[in-house]
Amino acid sequence: MGTMPVEVRLPTLLRPHAGGAASVEAQGATVGEVVADLTKRYPGLSGQVVDADGGLHKFVNVYRNDDDIRYLDQLDTKVDDGDVISILPAVAGG
Amino acid sequence: MTGRSAFARPTLRLSVRQYETIVGHCYDGLPDEACGLLGGAVTEDGEPTGLVTSVYPARNADASARTYTVDSRDMIRALRDAEGAGGALVGVWHSHTHTDAYPSDTDVRQAAEPGWVYVIVSLKDGAPVLRAYRIRDGEIRETQVVVEMRH
Repeated sequence: MGTMPVEVRLPTLLRPHAGGAASVEAQGATVGEVVADLTKRYPGLSGQVVDADGGLHKFVNVYRNDDDIRYLDQLDTKVDDGDVISILPAVAGG
Repeated sequence: MTGRSAFARPTLRLSVRQYETIVGHCYDGLPDEACGLLGGAVTEDGEPTGLVTSVYPARNADASARTYTVDSRDMIRALRDAEGAGGALVGVWHSHTHTDAYPSDTDVRQAAEPGWVYVIVSLKDGAPVLRAYRIRDGEIRETQVVVEMRH
């Protein structure tokens, strides 16, 4: 696990679950661990990023720095000190 | 949130070139829906002022004539560019190939950015029809669009 917490940027609709913050800190060696730590700190985020099956929710995109983790190792993507994790809504419609 | 007053409807201001880029990308995407993002100026509260400073054509990850999803990599590139220019992403556009330029139920259900302007370009008739909306909590409000000469 990285020794330092990393910055996690939250989308507008998830901010109310984190006291209104646009950016919070969480710790973990992988994106999955960071998300788990985030959910422990802000229980309202539970189920918003990771679905009931433990996979990435289809309505969000998670990036390590500027890379979509779906094109890396999904939730197993490694996180280093200084990385920034960004959660963005999938922009979609019909 | 301050209720109704937070649901502002700033006039969306596009340059002629931006308008052409948006509509051209919609035609290029046929028979599928096309989509892209709008970068622009925001107020201190993060609300769009309506001025569009950049348009970002994106890939439709759904490659579908009925739905769209902005490709996640195009999305982060546009976000970084807009932020780097001192602005923000302020909206998204997509085409309706066979229906009116009005948000579908899917558009309303999946509108994930309450601060954004949602632009829809209908290609169902001979000439394109571009209209813009705010969508928040399931409520739809149309906002005016101006296409202006600008450098």
